[in-house]
Amino acid sequence: MRITQHPILTFERGKELNFTFNGQPMKGYEGETIAAALHAAGVKVLAKSLNLHRPRGFYCAIGNCASCQMIVDGEPNVRTCVTLLREGMRVETQEGKGTIK
Amino acid sequence: MFEKTGVATREMVMTKFPPIERINRGPVAVVECYQKIPCNPCQTACPVGAIQIGADINDIPHRDEALCTGCGMCVAKCPGLSIMIVDGSKSADSVEFRIPYEFLPLPQVGEQVVGLDRAGQPVCTALVKKILNPPSFDRTPVVTLEVERKYLYEFRNFRREAEAHG
Amino acid sequence: MRELELLIIGSGPAGLCAAISAASSGARVLILERSFKPGGQLIKQTHMFFGSERQYASHRGVDIADILLKKLEEYGDRVELMLNATAVGFYEDNVVTVLKDETSYFKVKARSIICATGAYEKSLAFPNNDLPGIYGAGAVQTLMNVYGIRPGKRVLMVGAGNIGVIVSYQLMQAGIEVAAVLDAAPRIGAYLVHASKLARMGVPILCSHTVKEAIGTDCLEAAVVCRVDESFRPIPGTEKRYDVDVMCISVGLSPLNELLAMRGVEMKYVPLLSGQVPLRSEDCETSIPGIYVAGDASGIEEASSAMAEGYLAGLCAAAGLGYIPQDYEERRQEYRKQLEGLRSGPVGERIRAGMKLSRL
Repeated sequence: MRITQHPILTFERGKELNFTFNGQPMKGYEGETIAAALHAAGVKVLAKSLNLHRPRGFYCAIGNCASCQMIVDGEPNVRTCVTLLREGMRVETQEGKGTIK
Repeated sequence: MFEKTGVATREMVMTKFPPIERINRGPVAVVECYQKIPCNPCQTACPVGAIQIGADINDIPHRDEALCTGCGMCVAKCPGLSIMIVDGSKSADSVEFRIPYEFLPLPQVGEQVVGLDRAGQPVCTALVKKILNPPSFDRTPVVTLEVERKYLYEFRNFRREAEAHG
Repeated sequence: MRELELLIIGSGPAGLCAAISAASSGARVLILERSFKPGGQLIKQTHMFFGSERQYASHRGVDIADILLKKLEEYGDRVELMLNATAVGFYEDNVVTVLKDETSYFKVKARSIICATGAYEKSLAFPNNDLPGIYGAGAVQTLMNVYGIRPGKRVLMVGAGNIGVIVSYQLMQAGIEVAAVLDAAPRIGAYLVHASKLARMGVPILCSHTVKEAIGTDCLEAAVVCRVDESFRPIPGTEKRYDVDVMCISVGLSPLNELLAMRGVEMKYVPLLSGQVPLRSEDCETSIPGIYVAGDASGIEEASSAMAEGYLAGLCAAAGLGYIPQDYEERRQEYRKQLEGLRSGPVGERIRAGMKLSRL
């Protein structure tokens, strides 16, 4: 899924980072968002809708909509399309509204 | 039709080509800009003042075939990639085209490629003669191709033989 | 509470140009950018821009962001660019609340404010339009051109405006197949040079077509499209299925300017400008003196106009603060002339009509 050769752009990826998605170990790069790293790993379903529990992916990728909200390190409703990946992050599919601890 | 498909008709295309005598004398720019939009880098890029838009930036560029030297400075500068150079002076049987090509991998010099028309349909084969990609072209390489003369008004693009989509 | 001369909200083409313009006049500026990267949507524009030299025509958008940021550096500490800073409230006393790093809030009070908050992508209603794999065209552009990640293997582009055809071309540059571009309108909305670029790559552009439904269980697997009549009603029997794993929705943008409405600026719904817009003067000043708007937040246009508007708003906002350069009137007329030129052709007709409706 990652572009290695591009006629206009060069992609300088940061250092490799480890994180988990629903407990599964995953790798991404420093400088990319959680949603980007997940997409690169083939994960498109990020959440389930509130009432009908339909699958949700990202939609706007710039933090405008709420389609990509996930649970990150236990905190719900994190906009994963604008939140940078960090080493050791625990990322989980969000179902429902989430609860504040 | 053009406004529904993006494919210019033969009549429209013919209005942008200079007479064949001019093409046979040497390289000349064909500026396939049919719509009034606010844009003028072609005029700015031309070192001999052969492309004029005038006071209104929305006007359609006019290329003076007598002044145009076919240097190709405008080809990589047009944001719409609407300009190509045609040259009919090299051979009685073929014409040379210089067209912008912003895809990887670039073809090799000497490679046979598939010549495409304005709708992207294969129409002929084309031989890659040269590839120019200096920093001043800012990542818009310009490829010179030799094409059978009878496709002068059809040929507009190419794809590499090995390329299959999907 | 921090007190400021000029606050600019947004660091896209309009915000950056406004900051350059105001700082060059001598004003001290704080720019708020909600993202961790400055430049707004310029950072994903790999194509060469239209317009004239003055709006950096023929440069690629991504490089224009660098040019503008470098220019901004010339003004040293007169300009502060704050990243990860989202303006979330804008109150009567010109106090703006800012969410910093998603963790803490602070307040600033500015004598003058330029709102350059841009736009958001519209969506389209059809069955299963919420399936993962159906993304905004701009979102796909971000994924692909900022992060270097392919959205999928085969794409259906919905919308043949400039964004739709430009992103389609960029998808092909990233090695992704574009099955077709469709639009419900009877004619292509994009600049036709962009459409021709795509057409000669063999991508069909289908006008008078719409999406009937998306198909898929967890993710998009296929899309059914059909023809529409002059009243945009689907024509039965014209359905066609495309097996695609990505659908890009590119049916237009809406101005993002709720902050101005919150502040009490006089707003008006102007469909020609794609949504609610603030009423403003020819100098981009809203109904509240000292509060300006520039770029897509004032109505959807090209980035070239956003830059010219930014320069004009920055100049005038600084002048309102007492920073009036010697060539003030000359520059003011020059920016206005640029805008008039960019909007004067047939493709600017809609904008011109919209501008008339949104004048104070």
